Amino acid sequence: MELFDLPLIWAFIIGFGIIMYVLMDGFDLGVGILFPFAPNEESRDTMMNSVAPVWDGNETWLVLGGAGLLAAFPLVYSILLPALYIGVFLLLAGLIFRGVAFEFRFKARTSRYLWNWAFAGGSTVASFAQGAVVGAYIQGFETANGVYVGGALDWLTPFTVLTGLGMLCGYALLGSTWLILKTEGRLQDWAYRISLPLLAAVLVVFGIISVWTPFVDDMVRQRWFSNLSVIWVLPVLTLLCALQIYRSVRDRKEGMPFVSTMGLFITTYLGLVVSRWPYVVPPEYTLWEAASAYESQLFLLLGLLFVIPIVLVYTAWTYWVFRGKVRAGEGYH
Amino acid sequence: MELDPLILSRIQFAFVVSFHAIFPVFTIGLASYIAVLEGLAFKTENPVWVKLSAFWTKVFAVVFGMGVVSGIVMSFQFGTNWSNFAQASANFLGPMLSYEVVTAFFLEAAFLGVLLFGRDKVPAGVHLFAAIMVATGTFISSFWILAANSWMHTPAGIEFIDGVFHVTSWSEAIFNPSFPYRFTHMVLASFLTGSFVVAGVSAWYLLKGREVEANRKALSMCLWLLLFLAPTQAVVGDFHGLNTLEHQPMKVAAMEGNWETSRNVPLLLFAIPDQESQTNLFEIGIPSLASMILTHEWDGKVPGLKEIPVAQQPPVGIVFWSFRVMVGLGLLMIAFAVTGLILRAGGRYWRTRWFLQGMRFMSIAPFLAVLAGWFVTEIGRAPWLVYGMMTQAEAVTPSLTGGMALFTLIGYIVVYALVFSAGVYYLMRVLYVGMEDEHDDDEHEAERPKRPFSAAHVPFEIDEDEHHGKPASQGGH
Repeated sequence: MELFDLPLIWAFIIGFGIIMYVLMDGFDLGVGILFPFAPNEESRDTMMNSVAPVWDGNETWLVLGGAGLLAAFPLVYSILLPALYIGVFLLLAGLIFRGVAFEFRFKARTSRYLWNWAFAGGSTVASFAQGAVVGAYIQGFETANGVYVGGALDWLTPFTVLTGLGMLCGYALLGSTWLILKTEGRLQDWAYRISLPLLAAVLVVFGIISVWTPFVDDMVRQRWFSNLSVIWVLPVLTLLCALQIYRSVRDRKEGMPFVSTMGLFITTYLGLVVSRWPYVVPPEYTLWEAASAYESQLFLLLGLLFVIPIVLVYTAWTYWVFRGKVRAGEGYH
Repeated sequence: MELDPLILSRIQFAFVVSFHAIFPVFTIGLASYIAVLEGLAFKTENPVWVKLSAFWTKVFAVVFGMGVVSGIVMSFQFGTNWSNFAQASANFLGPMLSYEVVTAFFLEAAFLGVLLFGRDKVPAGVHLFAAIMVATGTFISSFWILAANSWMHTPAGIEFIDGVFHVTSWSEAIFNPSFPYRFTHMVLASFLTGSFVVAGVSAWYLLKGREVEANRKALSMCLWLLLFLAPTQAVVGDFHGLNTLEHQPMKVAAMEGNWETSRNVPLLLFAIPDQESQTNLFEIGIPSLASMILTHEWDGKVPGLKEIPVAQQPPVGIVFWSFRVMVGLGLLMIAFAVTGLILRAGGRYWRTRWFLQGMRFMSIAPFLAVLAGWFVTEIGRAPWLVYGMMTQAEAVTPSLTGGMALFTLIGYIVVYALVFSAGVYYLMRVLYVGMEDEHDDDEHEAERPKRPFSAAHVPFEIDEDEHHGKPASQGGH
C-alpha cells in the first residue's frame, strides 16, 4: 500500500520550504539589521522600499514551514515549539514589530525614529531567535514518550547564543549584498564597504561554531570524523562561496555578491542537514518516527505538487515586476 | 499562588484569536469592495472610482498588515500552548492549514504587492487582476480556516485511535456538518463589516461635506448591499442555530439560558444565569418563543443544561449574554439598512444628519457582533476542544508551566496593545487626511524628496491626472 517513502519526500519539501524562507526573509531581515547603521534617513527610505513589495510573501514561507511541519511531522512540531517556547515568542514579537513598521514608518513624523527602532529591533531579535533555534536543534531536546520534558530555557546556552550571532551576521551579509543589487550611488557604496567586514564576521563565527559543534553532540562528531572523505566537500564549497563573495565585492560586481551569499547559506544548510540526518528531533526521533499518517501526507502532497509550481511562478513574477534599482523617491504608498 | 497553565493558555488563545479575528473580517469584505471599485474604474474610467479605490486600498494595506502579523502568531500557538492537541489533530489540521498557506496566503501576499505598489509598473488590466486575486485569496483562506474550525465543533470523517485522529474521509471531514452554515455566516459577517465601515466613513465625510460625489456613491452602494446582507444574515444565523441545536445542544441551552429540558420554552430577553444554583436568578421572556424559533413548533422540546453534569457545562453567563449582544446588533443593522431604503426617496439618505451620525457609529457594530458571535461559538464548546472527543485540559502542552504561559500572555498583550494603538492612530490619520489633499499632506510629512503617493493615486493614464490639475507621476521614471 505504501508505494512511496512519503516521509522522505516530505523531509525534502519541508527542507526546501525552510531554505526558501531563510534565503528570502533572510535578506529583508538583514536589511532591518543594517537599518540603524545606514548613512542617512534617505538611505533608510530606499532600503525599506527595496523590500516593501516582497517581505510579506517572504514571511509566508515561515508560515508554510510551521503548517507543513504540523501536517507532515506533527511530532517535531509538538516537541520543538514547547521546547523553544520563549524563543518562539521572541521571534514572533520581533516579526510583529518589524511587520507593522513597514506600514507605519512612512506616515510617522515625530514618532518616526520609534518605527526605525521597531524595524531594526524586530529584525534583529527575530534573526537572533532563528539562529538560536538552529543551535538548539544541534544540541537536541529532552523528550519522553513523544513529549518535551525539559525546562523553559534549556535552549539558551552559550552555544545557541553563538549560533544566534552567526545568523545575525549571515542575514546582515545577505542584506548588504541585496542592497548592492538593488541600489546605486551613495547607499550602494556603503553596502559595498560593509560587505567584506560582514563576510569576515560570518567566517569567524561560522568557524567557531564548526569547531565547537562536535563537542556539543557525540553523534555529530562521529558522523563528521567517520565520513571525513566525503563530508569535506561541503566546507570546501562554503569557502569557495566566501571567496566568490570576496572577489565579486572587490570587483564591484552587482549581482554576484548576493548570489554567492545565497550559495554560502545553502552549503552551510546542507552541512547542518547531513550532520543530523535522519534525526528530526535529535537525539530521539527520526523523520519516519515523527511522520503523520500516510493518508494525510499523501492528501497534502497531491495538492502541493500542483500548487507550489504556480506559487513559484507568480512569486517570481512579482520579483520581475519590481526588478531593477530602487531609487530614493520611489515606493511606498 | 499556583498559576494554572490551562486557564492562562485559554485566556492567551482567546486574546490572540479575538485580536486577530477583527482584521480578517474587515479585509475580506474590503478586498472585494476594492476589486469592485477597480473593476468600475477599469470599465468606466471615471476618476471617482480610482479615487475611492486608492483611498480604501491604503486603509486595506494597514489593516491587512496587522492581520498578517497577528496571524503568524496563531499558526505557532497550536504548538506552543496546545501541543497535545497539535499532535492529536495534525493529520487533519496540518493539511488544512498548509492548504490555506499555499492556496491563499501566497496569493494574497504576491498580488497585494502589485496592488499596492504596481499601479505604474503593470498594465491597468493586470492591476485589476491583482485586486481580484487578493479578494479571491481572502475567500480561499476563510474556506480552509473555517473547515478546520468547524471540524473542531462537529468532527466528522475521522477515527480516533490511540489519542490520534486519523482521517477516513476528506470530504466528510472538510464539509463537516456545521461547515456550510459557519462559512456562510462568516462570509456574510465579513461583507457586513466591510459595508458598515465604508458606509460609516463615507457618512462621516458627508457630514463634513468632503468629497461629496465620491462618498455619496460609496454610501449608496453600501446601503443597497446592506439591505440584502443584513436580513440574509439573520436567516443564515437561524439555520446555523438549528444546526448547532442538532450537533451541540448544550451550547444552544447555554445561549438560551435554559436549564431544564422542556417544552414551551420562553425566549429570554433578560436573565441572570447562575451556574452554581443551576437556575436563572431573574428572567424576562416571551412565552414559548424559543421553542418556536428552535423547533418551529410552539410546544417543541428544547434541551436544558441539567442534562449534563456541571463540570461539562459551558460557562453559561458569557455565552448567554454574548449571544444577546450579537443578535441585538444584528437587529440594529437590519433597522439601519431599512431606514436607508426609506430615506432613499428624494436622495435624503446622504443629507439626513441623524442618519449619517448613526451610520458613523454603526461602523463598529459588526466588529462587536463578530467578537460576540465568536465568544458564543467558542466558549459554548467548553470544556471540549474537539467536541465530544478531546477536552481543553487534555490538549494543553504538558511541559508548559503557569509562569511561562503568564510571561507570554503579558508579552502578547503588551505587543498587541502597542501595535493596535499605533494602528488605530494611523488609521485615524488616514481617514482624517481623506481622499482630497493626500498629495499635499504627503509632501509635508515625508520631509524628503517627493515620494509617489502617486503610485497609489495617479490613475492609469497620465492624461487623467491632468484632469485634476495634478502633476504627473513623480516616480522617478
